[in-house]
Amino acid sequence: MAWQWFHRLGSPRWFYEKTTPWLPWLATLSIALIVTAAVWGLAFAPADFKQGNSYRIIYIHVPAAFLALAGYYIMAISGAVGLIWKMKLPFMVMKSAAPIGALLTFVSLVTGSIWGKPTWGTWWEWDARITSMLILFFLYLGMIALQQAFQHRDTADKASAVLALVGMVNIPIIYKSVDWWNTLHQPATIKFTSKSSIDPSMLYPLLMMVIGFYCFYALVLLLNTRVEILRRENRTQWVNDLVSAINKRA
Amino acid sequence: MKFQFESIADFIAMNGHGPYVWASYAITFAVLVFLLVSPLLQKKAFVKQQQKQQKLAQASDIASGSVE
Repeated sequence: MAWQWFHRLGSPRWFYEKTTPWLPWLATLSIALIVTAAVWGLAFAPADFKQGNSYRIIYIHVPAAFLALAGYYIMAISGAVGLIWKMKLPFMVMKSAAPIGALLTFVSLVTGSIWGKPTWGTWWEWDARITSMLILFFLYLGMIALQQAFQHRDTADKASAVLALVGMVNIPIIYKSVDWWNTLHQPATIKFTSKSSIDPSMLYPLLMMVIGFYCFYALVLLLNTRVEILRRENRTQWVNDLVSAINKRA
Repeated sequence: MKFQFESIADFIAMNGHGPYVWASYAITFAVLVFLLVSPLLQKKAFVKQQQKQQKLAQASDIASGSVE
């Protein structure tokens, strides 16, 4: 009995139907939070006493980097769940997480590079944090490539899950890179265990943007997973019925 | 909370940091829009293709006489 919810979670159809009502809420919430936080961060938060206005890039750079890392956890954990319990749905989540994570890592690299120019005087530096993020980007690209490299769905899923798990090694390196090496990249601004090194007037819009990005990530991951479910279940009766229902409405 | 700039022109220029800040935001928002739109388009394409197949299946059912 206690495990019933867990097995239901493995059912793509149940997941598809359950998540439908969440979508408009997630969309509204994430767009409202991101737009408000962007206006706040760009126009109303005070300028940094050292970096001036260029620091405003933090409001998108940090949330994108957070989600690039959180997305990797989600991808690797779903891969592990799929391998251990031989469930179909986690593999679909894993596959959907790869391109989203790749794009968010790309955003954090590009915005970081643009921020670096006025702040450090260079677009790129082979600094520990930046290099480990670049490796994360390549891991995501590797996941996308591996998904397409196999004829059989099962083989592709298992191989990519193994790659995702091996790539986990990189995650603590990224977190600790600013402490372990003497880097150009500044140390963490938001700390959970001690006082953050940022004024509340700058912190609140940042936290708002981080929450907005989390909601947006959840929305986009759901949308992609749902399309993947439809594709893989395209021969089932419930998908057929769903398509005819859309046909009738149109 | 107050607007941090003297004028709109000042806001856009951001003391010379404008191009960096606006480029970063533009790239980020372009990616976010892409992330949101691409699964919606993929779903649309999937539904279209399935409908085509359903029609083909119906046509062959009628042709073979299994449906009156």
